[in-house]
Amino acid sequence: MNPDTQNPSPPGREAIPEEGGAAAPPAASRAIRLRVPRWLDPVFRTATAAAACLVLLLIAAMGAVLYSKGHLATTTFGLRFLWSQAWDPVKGDFGALPAIFGTVVSSAIALFIATPIALGVAIFLTEMAPPWLSKPVGLAIEMLAAVPSIIYGMWGLFVFAPFLAARVEPALQFIAGGLPLFEGAPMGIGMLPASLILAVMILPFISSVMRDVFALVPAVAKESAYGLGATTWEVVRSVVIPHTRSGVLGAIFLGLGRALGETMAVTFVIGNAHRISPSLLAPGCTIASTLANEFSEAISDLHVASLIQLGFILFLITTFILACAKLLLWRIEAQVKGR
Amino acid sequence: MTTPQAPAEAPALTIKTRRTEAPSVAGGLLARLAVDRLNFWYGAHQALKEITLPVYANEVTAFIGPSGCGKTTLLRTFNRMYELYRGHRAEGRVLLDGKNVLDPDVDVTALRARVGMVFQKPTPFPMSIYDNIAFGIRLYEKLPKSVMRERVEIALHRAALWDEVKDKLSHSGMSLSGGQQQRLCIARAIAVEPEVILMDEPASALDPIATAKIEELMDQLKQRYTIVIVTHNMQQAARVAGYTAFMYLGELVEFGQTEQIFTTPREVKTRDYLTGRFG
Amino acid sequence: MARDRGLYLRRRVANGAMHVLALLSALFGLVWLFWILTVLVQKGVPAINWDFFTKLPTPPGTPGGGLANAVAGSLMITLLATLIGVPAGVLAGTYLAEFGRKNALARVARFVSDVLVSAPSIVVGVFVYAVVVMPLHGFSGFAGAVALAIIMVPVVIRTTEEILNLVPDSLREAALALGAPHWKVILSVCYRRALAGMTTGILLAVARVSGETAPLLFTALNSPFWSPSLAKPVATLNVTLFNYAMSPYDDWRNLAWGAALLITLGVLFATILARVVVGRIRI
Repeated sequence: MNPDTQNPSPPGREAIPEEGGAAAPPAASRAIRLRVPRWLDPVFRTATAAAACLVLLLIAAMGAVLYSKGHLATTTFGLRFLWSQAWDPVKGDFGALPAIFGTVVSSAIALFIATPIALGVAIFLTEMAPPWLSKPVGLAIEMLAAVPSIIYGMWGLFVFAPFLAARVEPALQFIAGGLPLFEGAPMGIGMLPASLILAVMILPFISSVMRDVFALVPAVAKESAYGLGATTWEVVRSVVIPHTRSGVLGAIFLGLGRALGETMAVTFVIGNAHRISPSLLAPGCTIASTLANEFSEAISDLHVASLIQLGFILFLITTFILACAKLLLWRIEAQVKGR
Repeated sequence: MTTPQAPAEAPALTIKTRRTEAPSVAGGLLARLAVDRLNFWYGAHQALKEITLPVYANEVTAFIGPSGCGKTTLLRTFNRMYELYRGHRAEGRVLLDGKNVLDPDVDVTALRARVGMVFQKPTPFPMSIYDNIAFGIRLYEKLPKSVMRERVEIALHRAALWDEVKDKLSHSGMSLSGGQQQRLCIARAIAVEPEVILMDEPASALDPIATAKIEELMDQLKQRYTIVIVTHNMQQAARVAGYTAFMYLGELVEFGQTEQIFTTPREVKTRDYLTGRFG
Repeated sequence: MARDRGLYLRRRVANGAMHVLALLSALFGLVWLFWILTVLVQKGVPAINWDFFTKLPTPPGTPGGGLANAVAGSLMITLLATLIGVPAGVLAGTYLAEFGRKNALARVARFVSDVLVSAPSIVVGVFVYAVVVMPLHGFSGFAGAVALAIIMVPVVIRTTEEILNLVPDSLREAALALGAPHWKVILSVCYRRALAGMTTGILLAVARVSGETAPLLFTALNSPFWSPSLAKPVATLNVTLFNYAMSPYDDWRNLAWGAALLITLGVLFATILARVVVGRIRI
């Protein structure tokens, strides 16, 4: 068993094989030296690691810099900054509440509209449409995500707003009667138009993540339901969605993160008024739209600091929401892989 | 096929001169590689236990055994391929011409130039056939174009691929058929002029005709090189190998001349495996 | 039997209704895309002519004039951003795919770049204002390029990692088994194998920043003139579009529509190209 003790009898040839030739240099003297530099290995590795660290540094620096440059607003107003409704560059009195309110409300409405539609799109593309249809439709929906934000804004201001003002908003007022939610002149500019455009913009992001998540559902699970005679919708409702619940939630959070920080489209159509109005037809503002409108024209230090402080608040909210989204999506991936 | 250069030959490691270095060497035979009480761990799992065996020069040695027996693991210690992965650890000695390749002071690059490897799936690099071969040579030598061409040609000749690709050296290596790709990989390994060629199930992804070509090639190559092949195909081992090691559950069950292993195995486990009782 | 039949019908109806709803959702998305593109073409095409690319903007009311400076400025800033952002992103992506894999740094970097991919671009603009514009005492094309580069980096990181992950490990091992050092394996074998995919990723990142306006508003600012120096404010198509669209002058608005069409076509073209290429290449 051990070759040490059980010498296999030598094969026909013994000792040094002849065909090696006398001319062959012994291996020990053959200089094997790498021509390409080996020392580049640690250098390359360090360079890539440094680049990876750069990303961490970037997000940390963003937080730190925005916080410190906005500090003047904190020292001047304290926590009152968060719930003050003032915004008066002349008197130097600033508060973040209208912008925070506008950001949250517009994103919430957008999410409310976009989520069911995105779910429908994702179901259509993954479960219902034949491949020849789902490919081009999927590409078109992705195009919707690729259209730059500023194009949505311009189109919103010149095409969509007049349309809303002429057709949709009067109808809403007629239906809703005297509700404060739809009070005021129908201008096509304000919280509602901004929310609608946001909804269209985040729709492709949400649906594309949902689509990826649905694709993670093992075919066996779906086939066994189909095998029992379930309809497509029943399979979606009782197999696909339950399987991917945290992924669907992650997709919604991702859409929310996008909506909160969306700038140019909102800036065009929200009206940029620093006040909180109960009416969705009245102009408002978001953090991002305030920054876009005022930043390059702000003169006083306090005004700039207040704007940067607004940016810091937006940074905190979106980072938190996006981190939640990512964790939810990681969870679903881990679940699928672990299975 | 004429080859002007003779391959580099290593000094013999014989039992007479190196008994203390390589206790596993059999009388009179040249052991190019000698494995000496080798243990291997994947993290906490011990994959090889006290392996001791010689790999004779200018022979084909086959490692056989059921999957998970450690044959590929053993092969990958010979060129320290396992080092790429964290938690993989080898203890013991693998002597290449008397020098323990597991020593930390051994230059892995030089080791891999002397011990070439061919993988289960063909792995042509995403470049031309010519560059595939020249890639390895360029790592070690700066050659004028004409000499390089000659070296590439020799390597392709030795891998029995020259006639099939001589008119399309600039085509992508990935455009070849599976069997041709595998011979390209063999040529690429040969081009660096190694002493040992490790083959990890080199024909398992190929059809029978391509497999036959590779096997025929191994028979020619052993004139110049020492070949170690891992295979799950016992007939293949019987056809190509002069020596065979049967492994089971990380242990070397039996090592000997292939004929003896296949006709008169000493161990019950070997016999059971060869007759298909398990594995 | 009758009850079973009723149940069967109800299930069929529910299924049919959901099919219709899903189809309507998809149509809903398509309608917007179609609407936006039609408007863009209708209003943008008349604005685009030779002058658009060769002449400087004129004061409102003066006919003629183009956005030549803004076209040039956009190209310059995007190019510089690519030169900064792509190497950084490719290197970091290489770390995640080749060296880090499962270690802590790689996990955190992966997480953070996923967050940064969707982070609001206006916040990046504020950040760059604070770290570049303020210390250098002035708006500059350079600051704009830095802002765009920061937006590109996470996009490039994630695509680079994804594509490199598709390169089989056996290929790396084969090169390492020849004794090649790791950097050589990555540069000559992995990058080469992943080239088409990585190019696509870079193209997508460029497309993404070509549409960005918010981070340029208070970094590159704007300028009505040629901007030979990136140390000064530089006009870009996007910011000019914003200013012109918000202006009360018809001829400026017309130019804005032209710019809008140009930007959209550029971004959509790059995106479709990238998608088509990605569809073709399966490593």
